[in-house]
Amino acid sequence: MFRHIVKTALPVPRRTVARGFATTRARRDVEGARIASLDTFTEEENMIRESVQRFATDVVKPKVREMDENEMMDPSIIKGLFEQGLMGIETSADHGGSESSFTSAIIAIEELAKVDPSVSVLCDVHNTLVNTVLRKYATEEQKAKWLPQLSESKLGSFCLSEAASGSDAFALQTRATKSGDDYIINGSKMWITNSYEAEIFLVFANIDSSKGYKGITCFLATKDMGVQIAKKEEKLGIRASSTCTLSFDDVKIPAANIIGGEGKGYKIAIEILNEGRIGIAAQMLGLAQGAFDLAVPYTYQRSQFGQPIGTFQGMAFQFAEAATQIEAARLLTYNAARRKESGLSFVKEAAMAKWWASKVAESVSGKAIEWMGGTGFTRETGWRSIGEIRRLGRSMRGRRISSCRLLPSLFRRSIHR
Amino acid sequence: MRPSPACLLNILVPVKRAVDYAVKIRVNPQQTGVDLNVKHSMNPFDEIAVEEAVRIREKLKDEVKSIKAVTIGPPKSVDTLRTALAMGADSAIHVEIPESAPSPEPLGVAKTLRAIIDKNKEIDLVILGKQAIDDDAGQTGQMLAGLLGWSQATFASKVDIDVVNKVATVLREIDGGSEQLKCRLPLIITTDLRLNEPRYASLPNIMKAKKKPIEKLKPTDLGVDLTPILETLKVTEPPKRVGGSKVGSVDELVAKLKDAGFTGV
Repeated sequence: MFRHIVKTALPVPRRTVARGFATTRARRDVEGARIASLDTFTEEENMIRESVQRFATDVVKPKVREMDENEMMDPSIIKGLFEQGLMGIETSADHGGSESSFTSAIIAIEELAKVDPSVSVLCDVHNTLVNTVLRKYATEEQKAKWLPQLSESKLGSFCLSEAASGSDAFALQTRATKSGDDYIINGSKMWITNSYEAEIFLVFANIDSSKGYKGITCFLATKDMGVQIAKKEEKLGIRASSTCTLSFDDVKIPAANIIGGEGKGYKIAIEILNEGRIGIAAQMLGLAQGAFDLAVPYTYQRSQFGQPIGTFQGMAFQFAEAATQIEAARLLTYNAARRKESGLSFVKEAAMAKWWASKVAESVSGKAIEWMGGTGFTRETGWRSIGEIRRLGRSMRGRRISSCRLLPSLFRRSIHR
Repeated sequence: MRPSPACLLNILVPVKRAVDYAVKIRVNPQQTGVDLNVKHSMNPFDEIAVEEAVRIREKLKDEVKSIKAVTIGPPKSVDTLRTALAMGADSAIHVEIPESAPSPEPLGVAKTLRAIIDKNKEIDLVILGKQAIDDDAGQTGQMLAGLLGWSQATFASKVDIDVVNKVATVLREIDGGSEQLKCRLPLIITTDLRLNEPRYASLPNIMKAKKKPIEKLKPTDLGVDLTPILETLKVTEPPKRVGGSKVGSVDELVAKLKDAGFTGV
């Protein structure tokens, strides 16, 4: 396992730390090779970070306020994301993707979140939920049919939650009734990200409620099959990202569009949401870093009582604390990403990363508004969604309560091993 | 009638790794230079040069046979070459100098480029940035043209190439406005700001760039000596701006100008 990390990290040792681990196992595996730090990236990953950073600053940033005020994602931004290859980051080149690492996806999500969390969540859901489900569970024919469309032009959406089932996902009630070679879907989905602009939907419906959650199946639906947008939510934050209620009225989906097999939906959902947590952690991390990077330079310009307010000791202490919390979130997020890439278990680390990063995003963005004083509170100069999004991280994809239930149960399991 | 042999364009784009344009420059305490422990990236005018080469290929398609990027610099400069490859260059050459070596001077760079062109005789178009944003010398392109005896069209804001007739039409930005030149290939072009807007390297292209070849050379391989012939005596910041003052009337303004020694008023 360590050898794998060394192989990817060694070619460009940006910051090398010659530190061995004090366990016999490590010594046996590593054999004199140097393990670089947790924040070492390959040359490609660094280039991707720079490229996305420039795209975010030059193309996305000028439109952020307008999109937020209009609560609408600018189609040219979505088009730009496709053109940059950011909508098929891990997808293989045969299917029109960029064939990059999972960490590259996390990097892209973080960099987008620094500028606009709405754009970041669009990219995150499309890559880590929709694309990954197909890459992991679809048949070769299904991959060849759908992945290129998702890499090149069509936005995807992940439809699991309903009005009566959020954290308790398996209580979903959308039904799928077999009819010849098709299934007829009836029901309603709520809180679905990207749904306003999406053309491809992964819909979780139950084909046999007598089997309980073991009847839940993942279907791939296209907009023209009759997916209807019942309501677009008006949110407190990430307003440019569409969150809608969808209704399925006798929507006919061919059985060939079942992903992963009948009754496998619950498994897909659980596994994909484990990975998805790292994506959210990256969004929260980017948000926190972006807020910090916006507020702190301001405090070194704004003078009161004869000196820049950032030079007062009281402020300096707050900066140090915030910066350290962000660094911890960064390491948790990227370590979870690397563990997943290396095939190591990562469920615990992903849950920790999401929980901590959300907490940090909330506290740092709140502080950032304070540090900026009056200007932090205006929609023009403050970071519009700072005040609202920060709370979102806790609710996104499973309340903090869920992470808080998941973590202790994992601890219990590891203690009793 | 015998058909004329196919003319194909081979473009060389020299690029430089310079301090990033957004960095706040600080003079070092010894006053010998600026603090270089900051972010570096490809010289913006060189990005425009790479972009132009790629656009020429998009326009002329198969008539462009190769786009080669080259840089002269320490090991870290390879990042700049990777960016050029990710933007669309086919291959690259890295003339490596030690980390501690002083930055090459324009004449040294021009001599190195000439040596490379002598080794790669198929090159018939060289596109360079008009100047590097660290030294603002603006000499390399012109010196290279002189050394090679090639035509040059500097400060280009529009380029049209006719490969079949081996002629290029270049619109130049000059002090008085603009000037159109018709030049015979082989040709040196230096880019000005308004020539184009460089693309962002997309992810698939960044991944493809990994597989493109980078040839490593040393100055001695090319028979070039990059020892500086210029000596930097001192580097200082420009004097801090002193505040101006407001005057109440035109008469007061004239009086102040006269005091300052402007007799032509």
